[in-house]
Amino acid sequence: MAARLFLLLGTRKGAFILEGDAGREAWSLRGPFCEAWPINHVIGDAATGRIFAGGGNEWFGPAVWQSEDLGASWTHSSQGLAHPEGEAPVKAVWSLALAHGALHVGVEPASLFRSDDGGQSFTPLPALREHPSRPHWQPGGGGLILHHIVPHPQDPASLHVAISAAGVFHTADGGQSWEPRNRGTRQDYAPEDQRYPEVGQCVHSLVMAAGNPDLLYQQNHCGMYRSTDAGLHWTSIEAGLPSTFGFPAAAHPRDPDTVFLLPLNGDTAGRFMPDASAAVWRSRDRGENWQALRTGLPQGNAFFGVLRQAMAVDRLDPAGVYFGTGSGEVYASADEGETWRCIARHLPTITSVETMVLP
Amino acid sequence: MTVAVTIPAALARLFPGAPRHFDLDAATVAAAIEALDARHPGMADRIRDSTPAIRRHLNIFVSGEKAGLATHLPPGSEMLVMTAISGG
Repeated sequence: MAARLFLLLGTRKGAFILEGDAGREAWSLRGPFCEAWPINHVIGDAATGRIFAGGGNEWFGPAVWQSEDLGASWTHSSQGLAHPEGEAPVKAVWSLALAHGALHVGVEPASLFRSDDGGQSFTPLPALREHPSRPHWQPGGGGLILHHIVPHPQDPASLHVAISAAGVFHTADGGQSWEPRNRGTRQDYAPEDQRYPEVGQCVHSLVMAAGNPDLLYQQNHCGMYRSTDAGLHWTSIEAGLPSTFGFPAAAHPRDPDTVFLLPLNGDTAGRFMPDASAAVWRSRDRGENWQALRTGLPQGNAFFGVLRQAMAVDRLDPAGVYFGTGSGEVYASADEGETWRCIARHLPTITSVETMVLP
Repeated sequence: MTVAVTIPAALARLFPGAPRHFDLDAATVAAAIEALDARHPGMADRIRDSTPAIRRHLNIFVSGEKAGLATHLPPGSEMLVMTAISGG
């Protein structure tokens, strides 16, 4: 059993940290951090214990915050985190990913930056922002945001990103060029003969299966999907789920065939739990069959939603699964979703949940 | 050329040890922001964006008048950086 397990929460009013005991039974909450700025994503580096938080403040703009002492003190930087003069300025940081010694940063309006000095300064990767399809990108309800960055575990030059509403893009050369990867994902909000364009899809979440970089899962505004060829083609896996709409997805930390989704009742139906009864849905066979996991979750009068980055797994065995709600509750399962418990409530709207396990 | 610059508490808190009041040598608002940045690296990014423009939810007043980046700072003038109404 790990010595220390941390849940890293982004909220509309600061970052918070929940620390669990060895049995994942007792949790202690600290925060708000980052001067109560709106924080969209918080990640931890299990190798160093360093925590990064990305967000943006209406007064003071975007920044990446970081803490080297588990949240006791924080610094921030946005050096280089800017679009060229005359273009729409960077409004907020929306996603962070650490891999191969680099910190990648996704922002609103959608573009991507990279830091090679541990988040002290940032360099734009302009080819994505300058992609020829850019005129066809449309802001979703959350804005034109780059909200998921999925690095390849072995190849530092390979990276997927997800943008609402532009879709999934892949680079094989470290961000010098990008290719849309949306074939097979639809937009129900377009005329019938225009529902499968090259770009413009409203991807909500993108995750990679453990140990299989070609196997991706996607929660979209319009359906749930699986790709077995690194996003070149997508296949619907929504049959058996209560709706085609949801925000987050989480891949099991070891079993590539197991994925967790959290369908909501529909994009025009309120965007809360179907029938106001909460469930996480799990597939053990790549989305062919689904099982609702409800034990311990509120059944009735559950009018909350869960946002695109607000579900995560830990790396323990059995895997823990966690999600944070729009109304500020955190639910945790220490048994791969079989049973659930509310471990925090009355927080601000939760935008993201990640885990960090330190030895 | 010395001007008296006051920044909001919420901005000073982002830079440990930063005071709220500065006496700076600057001829324009933009130059004053750069002078703040020289003392507290990163502070310019918090006040103006890459357009470049003063951030949308901040206001700067020079001797009581709302100012822009190009506004001239007469010697002895006061420059006040204020947070506007924002949030929820």
